[in-house]
Amino acid sequence: MSGADAVNAVLDILTAILLLLGAYFSLVAGIGIIRFPDTLTRVHAGTKPQVFGLACILTAVILSTRNWSAIAIMLLILLFQMLTTPAAAHMIGRAAYRRERPDDDRLFVDELEQAVELAHGEPPPAMDEP
Amino acid sequence: MSAVILNVALIIVAVVFAAAALLATYRIVHGPGILDRMIASDMLMTTLICILGVEMVVNRHTTLMPVMIGLALTGFLSSVAVARYVSKRRDPK
Repeated sequence: MSGADAVNAVLDILTAILLLLGAYFSLVAGIGIIRFPDTLTRVHAGTKPQVFGLACILTAVILSTRNWSAIAIMLLILLFQMLTTPAAAHMIGRAAYRRERPDDDRLFVDELEQAVELAHGEPPPAMDEP
Repeated sequence: MSAVILNVALIIVAVVFAAAALLATYRIVHGPGILDRMIASDMLMTTLICILGVEMVVNRHTTLMPVMIGLALTGFLSSVAVARYVSKRRDPK
């Protein structure tokens, strides 16, 4: 086996590992969306692994095509994904909190409750009574 | 040898992505609220972006990279719009 063949074999195996990792993250997101009980937890499951899975897939594309000039486009895609996914998740989480209050038995700390009630003109719950 | 490993991995990856897309579709169909449906459709779109990447690995080209840029840039707009109008529908007292 010559040197170029060995390099090709290593790159192919790295591509396979990265593709499997990306697919694994996507599957985990799907299972989390099905299994989690709450909209807020589903936001966590659906958006969090997607950036890293996409990074794995894009690195696999670069490694398999050996087109090193595409690294710039790959970084652009990752940058846009990292900018837009948290924005969408934030908006959905905000709407979910205001629309359907999360169950109290599943939520141990609710730091947003006072701020929301203050914003809607209701007196905040008494926290620091003398 | 490594080509065989890559081919087997590609088959597994295709099956896993199909399963993830089916799970997202199930949540879109059965989701109790509109926000759950938006989360699932967001995840389905990211799965689509990843599947475009897998297709580029299979056929060894990079011509779909601009499509991925477009999807990554505009895919979040629907979620933001829906979340915006959903959160406005709070009962006024």
